[in-house]
Amino acid sequence: MTLRTEPVVVNVGPHHPSTHGVFRMKLTFDGENIIDAEPVIGYLHRGTEKLAEERQYTQVITLTDRLDYVSSMTNNQAYVLSCERLVGIEPPARGKYLRVIAAELQRVASHLIGVGFFLQELGVFGGTALMYAFRERERILDMFEMLCGARITLSYMRIGGVLQDAPEEFWPSLRSFLDDMPGYADEMQALVFESEIVRARAIGVAPVSAEDAVAASFTGPILRASGVAWDWRKAAPYDVYDQVEFEVPTCEGGDNYDRFWVRMQEVRQSLRIIEQCCAQIEPGPVRATMAMLFRPPPGEAYVPIEAPKGELGFYLVSDGSIAPYRCHVRSPSFMSLTLFREMLVGWKLADAIVTLGSLDFNMGEVDR
Amino acid sequence: MYGAGILRGLGVTLRNLARRPFTIQYPEERVPQHPRFRGQEFTWYEQRCTGCASCAKYCPLGIIRIVTDPDGGNEQDGGSYKVDVFDIDQARCMYCGLCVEACPYDALHMGSGFEAATLRREDLVINVDMLKAREKRPSTWFRPQLERAKADPHHGDPVEWREAGREPFPWHPKRPAQTPEEMDHRASADGSYRSER
Repeated sequence: MTLRTEPVVVNVGPHHPSTHGVFRMKLTFDGENIIDAEPVIGYLHRGTEKLAEERQYTQVITLTDRLDYVSSMTNNQAYVLSCERLVGIEPPARGKYLRVIAAELQRVASHLIGVGFFLQELGVFGGTALMYAFRERERILDMFEMLCGARITLSYMRIGGVLQDAPEEFWPSLRSFLDDMPGYADEMQALVFESEIVRARAIGVAPVSAEDAVAASFTGPILRASGVAWDWRKAAPYDVYDQVEFEVPTCEGGDNYDRFWVRMQEVRQSLRIIEQCCAQIEPGPVRATMAMLFRPPPGEAYVPIEAPKGELGFYLVSDGSIAPYRCHVRSPSFMSLTLFREMLVGWKLADAIVTLGSLDFNMGEVDR
Repeated sequence: MYGAGILRGLGVTLRNLARRPFTIQYPEERVPQHPRFRGQEFTWYEQRCTGCASCAKYCPLGIIRIVTDPDGGNEQDGGSYKVDVFDIDQARCMYCGLCVEACPYDALHMGSGFEAATLRREDLVINVDMLKAREKRPSTWFRPQLERAKADPHHGDPVEWREAGREPFPWHPKRPAQTPEEMDHRASADGSYRSER
């Protein structure tokens, strides 16, 4: 006897805890198998690009915090680098080092969130695995509080350097974090990446080939998981990334498991970069003399950086006034959703949720 | 075939049973805050403020409203305006600190609180009387002089206005009071200049 089935359209979201914000998936099922998938975005649109057009260059820094709200530091960095290219100003060396230290700490925090929510979405450990990741992230947020007085909406970087020098108590705190974090990463890896259940559910699920990933403008960990060693920190070093040594971890498979393996390896590389910066940093000014209100010469600038989620850049057009004429955000999370249908079709509902977790996108950045 | 992994997982559970809990029971106990924490309870020193409204100008959201009394100070001699209205709408404030960064006379400082819940939206607006009456416990955010003096908004003493700035004196000291008769002309309330003679 054959069962007569018909496709069923199921809306997952916009308010679904696993969708990283308000993201709606229109999934068409045949039984439990996905036969069509459509992403619906726009629920978190706040018009950041338009708001930036009527604010002074310095004020826009506060808007960039709210794009990818789990990695505000790199958003700040991308914006101020574009502004500095526009104005033609060079920050002092200590400011650059502080920026790289802060940005790499932010990368560790963002990847911890990514790994934690991936496990949350696997449903393997309930909330425990997420809390493992949050425990380490909490220490990074404490360090950010010492640097700039805030934990999430940082606004630490300024055009021409950083806001202010790190306080004395920042350095011992960073030291103890650098000593502890490799052990935590080992523990996480032993607990999660060698777990049989995680391996059974993540290996080979929703693979993306290198050609597809490049064609879909994937950047960041999800591109490197497909085997393409592309990293803006190597390709066009900004700040002091040309002064430090690090590797770009890559994988071959491009499946969910590889995407997370790459993220854990990047955490270790970030710690390596911070170690070198701590050794190289010297006393000095942290901020170039720069007015809060300024008029850059007419022109345009785009400086891509390697944000935790991929290539992030602010395309700024100046008409010589106090506010940007146009501010376009090239956000990695938006591009990560390009292959949404191709990745999900053929897999089951449970795999769809896990795949979304492995893409590690952030709706604040997708909708802007 | 999954037996070994489950046993290993239970081993991790057993090991963590002995660990100290990392969570903090928030309303009863609190995470220690750094003195640089930027939060509510803006601290404003009337004696340092010249009424220049730089804070209002650099606020990205435009939520600071300042009205100065044109007759309250001798603006043409480099004195300060008398601030009549200083409203900060904390309901819309995002505590970015640009107003504090913009203040050239170190008159406005960030505070340290973060629990803003009120029953009515209007209660979130701070006015000039509240700012005057408030205990002066400034955050050390963007104030290196307070950091050097080891000021702490939580455990330290209130900071007096002379200690709060980069210089112990206001940058634009007031000159001896002048009567309108002594001056050639002064600004009228609508902003135009008129001669007194």
